[in-house]
Amino acid sequence: MSLLKSREALLALAILLLIGVVAARFPAFVRPANLANVLNDTSPLIILAIGQMIVILTKCIDLSVAANLALCGMVAALMNGAGVPLPLILMGVVALGAGLGAVNGVLVWKLGIPSIVVTLGTMTIFRGTIFLITDGKWVNAHQMSDGFKALPRTVLLGLPVMSWMAIALIILFTVVLTRTALGRSFYAVGGNPHAAVYAGINVGRTQFSAFVISGALAGLAGYLWVARYAVAYVDIAGGFELDVVAACVIGGVAIAGGAGTVAGAVLGALFLGVIKNALPVVGISPFWQMAISGAAIVLAVTFNATQARAPGRIILKSAEAR
Amino acid sequence: MTPHHRIIPDRLQSPATRALRSWEAILVAVAIAVFVTNSFASPYFLNVWNLSDATFNFTEKALIAFAMAMLIIAGDIDLSVASIIALSSTAMGVAMAAGADTPVLVLIGIGTGLLCGAINGALVAGLGLPSIVVTIGTMSLFRGVAYIILGDKAFTGYPASFKFFGQGYVWWVISFELALFAAMAVVYYVLLHRTSFGRAVFAIGNNATAAQFSGIRVARVRFILFLLTGVMSGIAAVCLTSRLGSTRPSIATGWELEIVTMVVLGGVSILGGAGSVAGVFLAALIMGMVTFGFGLLNVPGIVMSIFLGVLLIVVIALPRLLRRG
Repeated sequence: MSLLKSREALLALAILLLIGVVAARFPAFVRPANLANVLNDTSPLIILAIGQMIVILTKCIDLSVAANLALCGMVAALMNGAGVPLPLILMGVVALGAGLGAVNGVLVWKLGIPSIVVTLGTMTIFRGTIFLITDGKWVNAHQMSDGFKALPRTVLLGLPVMSWMAIALIILFTVVLTRTALGRSFYAVGGNPHAAVYAGINVGRTQFSAFVISGALAGLAGYLWVARYAVAYVDIAGGFELDVVAACVIGGVAIAGGAGTVAGAVLGALFLGVIKNALPVVGISPFWQMAISGAAIVLAVTFNATQARAPGRIILKSAEAR
Repeated sequence: MTPHHRIIPDRLQSPATRALRSWEAILVAVAIAVFVTNSFASPYFLNVWNLSDATFNFTEKALIAFAMAMLIIAGDIDLSVASIIALSSTAMGVAMAAGADTPVLVLIGIGTGLLCGAINGALVAGLGLPSIVVTIGTMSLFRGVAYIILGDKAFTGYPASFKFFGQGYVWWVISFELALFAAMAVVYYVLLHRTSFGRAVFAIGNNATAAQFSGIRVARVRFILFLLTGVMSGIAAVCLTSRLGSTRPSIATGWELEIVTMVVLGGVSILGGAGSVAGVFLAALIMGMVTFGFGLLNVPGIVMSIFLGVLLIVVIALPRLLRRG
């Protein structure tokens, strides 16, 4: 019963329904190969949504993720051009992404600047930096080594490495959020910062950690993005930060902090991913996608609110029933 | 978001000291510094026509920034403003293609803005949803509808009389947009600082519950603020469409962030409850002059955006750093 009422189950049902409706007219859509393709296509969004969800849990927001992704992607492409081996590139972009996230985190933690202001600023700074280091030039497919481009597409056990990375991160962060002290402190900080302080949690440092995680994930996604699409330039993933926030909202992550799950954020991302991939199949112009995801966000937040407004939660229901 | 305590001083500073140490005073100093630097950096800066041309790069954004400032002071935000411009402009394009004349076009442009503002307002004030999420949603929705209507095409061929709003001059070097900007600055100054409505906006931003209990109709005020922001976006859409002479669905992309930057730079607290129209006015001038000065020096637009990003963080960070010392 409680399973049916859970946000994640409803969302999963909605996604299945969506896939079912499309499949009724276009059976090819549910071929395993195509569904795997949808998952793979949505992987960067899933990875970023996990990071964003953790940031939102702590009452913050990270609008700089797409710019972070673009900068790290460009640096990965340039490192590749300079002949740096792939494992070092991977470590490099994750470290760079985490570093950029740490910049956001320090400004929020040490100076107490609202995260929306900080990340609005760093978003333009990160993207501008790409221009400064490349002079606006593109790095194209023929300038990238084959190994660099191949990694995300290499198929292991039926799925590309990019999908496996997303799956591994989903598992990792589900464990972190539900089974570690750090994970619980993210919820505590967002749920009630005052109470968190009295419980011995450093609110600012927890928010800092959230930004570092979000940044590191954006760095990894930057490599995956550039390697998969085999191109890097200033404007890659422009506006993607909104899709990421949208995935979280659709996944039931409360923008006021303290509530949300990895599964929710992932399902929110998949919901957007299925819509994006289904539109061309159904023959609807891709120009509809923006309006549809906008409508989905508005509906999701309305739904979130009506659910939250349910009568006060009864704690110890079983005791009361007795 | 650590718990904070407000310190109430034993003795207030004298009004003159307070004025000198105010945010607006810092902005005036920055504005003068930017102006002087620009005049030395380029011989083309101190030319009335160049300066007049330069005002176009901030007037449309500033029109929205005035309304956005009130919205942010009341504790809300509207990230859909640039998308309202896109939808408004598209609606005018559709009407133009159907043969509508200038007055009708203007009405449709502003009316679309009003409608979009009403949708945001109903969702936020009516249903009590968080404004940041609602307007991220309608940001996609409004521009998405513009994309559905236009796809990759564009509307061009607006009537000649429509050109006045974005290209016309009311007197000498004073463009219609500049005059409108000045007039709106006065209107918003009076509305925010000299009416009970303005006081209600501050009260809501500081403590919405207390405002409710003191007899302010909080939901209605917030709804009106979204309407105002929508209308201002509609007016900006009329000016911008007239100035460009065409409509594409990608029109005004990214403006919402520049407008929020302008408002925050103007000293409006992003957490609500504090701010002034004078600050926003000065911030608009500064951003306009910086953009213009960099343009004269052939600095690419993206480098300017880095500068604005740094400026945004530094102006917020500096007072916090100084207060610790």
